[in-house]
Amino acid sequence: MVTTEQDARPDVASNADDYALRVEGLKVYYGTPRGLVKAVDDVSFNLRPGERFALVGESGSGKSTLAMAIMRLTREPGHIAGGHIYLGDRDLVEMEEKEIRSIRLSEMALVPQGAMNSLNPVMRVGDQIIDGIMDHVPPGEGTPNRTQLNTRIHDLLVRVGLDPTVSRLHPHELSGGMKQRVAMAIAISLNPHIIVADEPTSALDVVVQRQIMQTLGRLQEGLDAAVLLVGHDMGLVAQFADTIGVMYAGKLVEVGSVPDVFKDPKHPYTKLLIQSLPSFDISRQFVGIPGMQPALLNLPPGCAFNPRCPSVHERCFREVPEYLNLDVGRGVACHLFDEEAAN
Amino acid sequence: MSDFMRLEHVTRTFGGGALSTKPPIVAVDDVSLSIDEDEPKITTIAGESGSGKTTLARLLMGTITPSFGSMYYRGKDFTKLSRKDSWNFKQEVQSIYQDPFGSYNPFYKVDHVLETPINRFKLATSRQAKNTMIEDALAMVGLQPGDTLGRFPHQLSGGQRQRVMVARALLIKPRLILADEPVSMVDASLRATILDSIRRLNREIGISVVYITHDLTTALQISDNILVMYRGSVVESGAVERVILEPKHPYTQLLIESIPQPDPDNKWGDEPPTARFEDFDTMFGCKFADRCPHVMEMCADEHPPQFHLEQHRQAQCYLYRDEAKVMEDPDLATIFQDRRAELNV
Ligand SMILES: Nc1ncnc2c1ncn2[C@@H]1O[C@H](COP(=O)(O)OP(=O)(O)OP(=O)(O)O)[C@@H](O)[C@H]1O
Ligand SMILES: Nc1ncnc2c1ncn2[C@@H]1O[C@H](COP(=O)(O)OP(=O)(O)OP(=O)(O)O)[C@@H](O)[C@H]1O
Ligand code: SF4
Ligand code: SF4
Ligand SMILES: [Mg+2]
Ligand SMILES: [Mg+2]
Repeated sequence: MVTTEQDARPDVASNADDYALRVEGLKVYYGTPRGLVKAVDDVSFNLRPGERFALVGESGSGKSTLAMAIMRLTREPGHIAGGHIYLGDRDLVEMEEKEIRSIRLSEMALVPQGAMNSLNPVMRVGDQIIDGIMDHVPPGEGTPNRTQLNTRIHDLLVRVGLDPTVSRLHPHELSGGMKQRVAMAIAISLNPHIIVADEPTSALDVVVQRQIMQTLGRLQEGLDAAVLLVGHDMGLVAQFADTIGVMYAGKLVEVGSVPDVFKDPKHPYTKLLIQSLPSFDISRQFVGIPGMQPALLNLPPGCAFNPRCPSVHERCFREVPEYLNLDVGRGVACHLFDEEAAN
Repeated sequence: MSDFMRLEHVTRTFGGGALSTKPPIVAVDDVSLSIDEDEPKITTIAGESGSGKTTLARLLMGTITPSFGSMYYRGKDFTKLSRKDSWNFKQEVQSIYQDPFGSYNPFYKVDHVLETPINRFKLATSRQAKNTMIEDALAMVGLQPGDTLGRFPHQLSGGQRQRVMVARALLIKPRLILADEPVSMVDASLRATILDSIRRLNREIGISVVYITHDLTTALQISDNILVMYRGSVVESGAVERVILEPKHPYTQLLIESIPQPDPDNKWGDEPPTARFEDFDTMFGCKFADRCPHVMEMCADEHPPQFHLEQHRQAQCYLYRDEAKVMEDPDLATIFQDRRAELNV
């Protein structure tokens, strides 16, 4: 039974249906001639309505693979090899393509990585935004007329910091960041419950970035939509997100609230990540985390981080650490916490 | 000092032809800049999205030509290069494009991207030398050959695609690398490693680098000088640590203030001022006037000149008209600093 006290806590959903999205034991593998690439390997996490969850981690650690799988957009040779993705009580993994398509249109929006390359090169920006809107008119609702559409386009472009005249241009006439903002405008035009944004601001200057994230934030609050933000910019994550999930070599190795993870990172990789954050101190050594990223096709036995970990011990070479829940919404996958979690 | 490339009063516009009702977009507005070969530097270009950074890089790359002004490659007029000079230019100037998702031919494996320049420019004499070269270049960007070679571009993550492009430029060891957001999809730690490789090549074998980025922290770490662009103009430029740590132009100040801090206790403040599109009459005066907190009457009349604020810095802003003189030589490189001795690697 759920107590009222618990209900009042923002990070506790009183039962499963209160989550906007639940990912359970998700596995996404790519078949290659040289073996299986386990890009997402047994990942679980939850998103509450209105939550802003940031997924960070090294390049190649599986963030986009996870984001695409949540949209059920995994492409060959990739496949979902196990697990569940619950949207409310419906499991997206089990769904037919037809059903999933209607959900994608009405409930989930994606800003893919490399969005600036996702626009149609022969179509004017305004028409692409219209296409997006028309695709998403809920059944039974009348289609908007031309004037309404134009007002809508004008409004969306201004919201992402673009001059409304941009609607008449073709993608090749736009800068990288302008294209990225058009992709963002299309995504926010749809009033989704879940917004998956894969590095949506990587090509934007910080002034525009701030404007767009604030726009996204306001929109998301208005809709009570959950946002899954994939990115590596820890500054942006600290500013925007509530919760942070850290991936390493296909696994989610740490989850926690943004203040907790920044102030008290648990996993040795997260610790190094926080320590290596760049600053304006030029006297400081300019170094990354020592050691090479592991090859996903050839992971070391035990913990994948063991060749680079300063706290490595005997057990780390034998056993893959399990994801341990330390507290509500706080967890880590590292043998250093095995005992703490057992208590 | 010998100029490898020189831009003199270069302006590049798009659209607005005789039949067009719209005024042209001035993507790069009267920029003079030389790239010096004897003191190869790392120059950052930062600034607003859409301010002309990529256009400036494309001019330097020779893929577009100036609408006004002139360009020289090793002292020769760029529009009249001989075939031999053009060929040399293609080897000596390498670019890393902003969009790694659009940079690949999807039908070729990644290996092709790395092998082609080796064959084309005859960089290796044996199969083995070629492989070593490729592996070394991949290692410099933190990639494992086993996880990269033999794959098609769509089989790599965004950051991996970006890094292959960096590896390609490093492997050719040109005289000038034009890197347009080369590490925008890579995490901070790996960014440090890759940029460090670029800096080493700059110092050790004298490669000049133009580094276009929105990441001012890494700009400060690796570059000698910086240009800050706003709507086609270089509004402030000079020694990187002066400009970033003590910005003078109101746009640069806004930019630096807006950097998101990786500190949840130090959150973004109020809404940043955004352009008012309706009444922007920045045709003649300062282009930042419609957003500038310090705007004065005079700012609307004429575009501010390059005020030479201190040895290694200029800013296009009337706030400094009393304390500083207008730069005599508009070439921005004349005020650049050389940080190589100080930042020895
Ligand atoms: N081929 C083109 N045709 C028409 N306009 C163009 C073309 N290329 C660029 N522009 C315009 O020139 C301006 C500068 O674009 P540019 O790509 O140089 O910006 P940028 O500084 O690289 O921006 P970002 O940081 O967003 O990549 C923009 O207003 C853009 O719309
Ligand atoms: N089609 C594919 N076939 C084989 N391996 C793939 C394929 N697509 C991706 N991979 C591999 O899966 C791993 C995860 O890729 P993913 O794109 O999810 O990484 P990411 O965390 O988003 O990285 P980045 O930050 O660089 O975008 C990478 O090592 C990548 O090489
Ligand atoms: S399990 Fe061991 S090797 Fe892995 S992160 Fe923890 S201490 Fe380091
Ligand atoms: S010239 Fe005037 S409007 Fe332009 S930045 Fe300086 S003070 Fe502001
Ligand atoms: Mg990715
Ligand atoms: Mg650009």
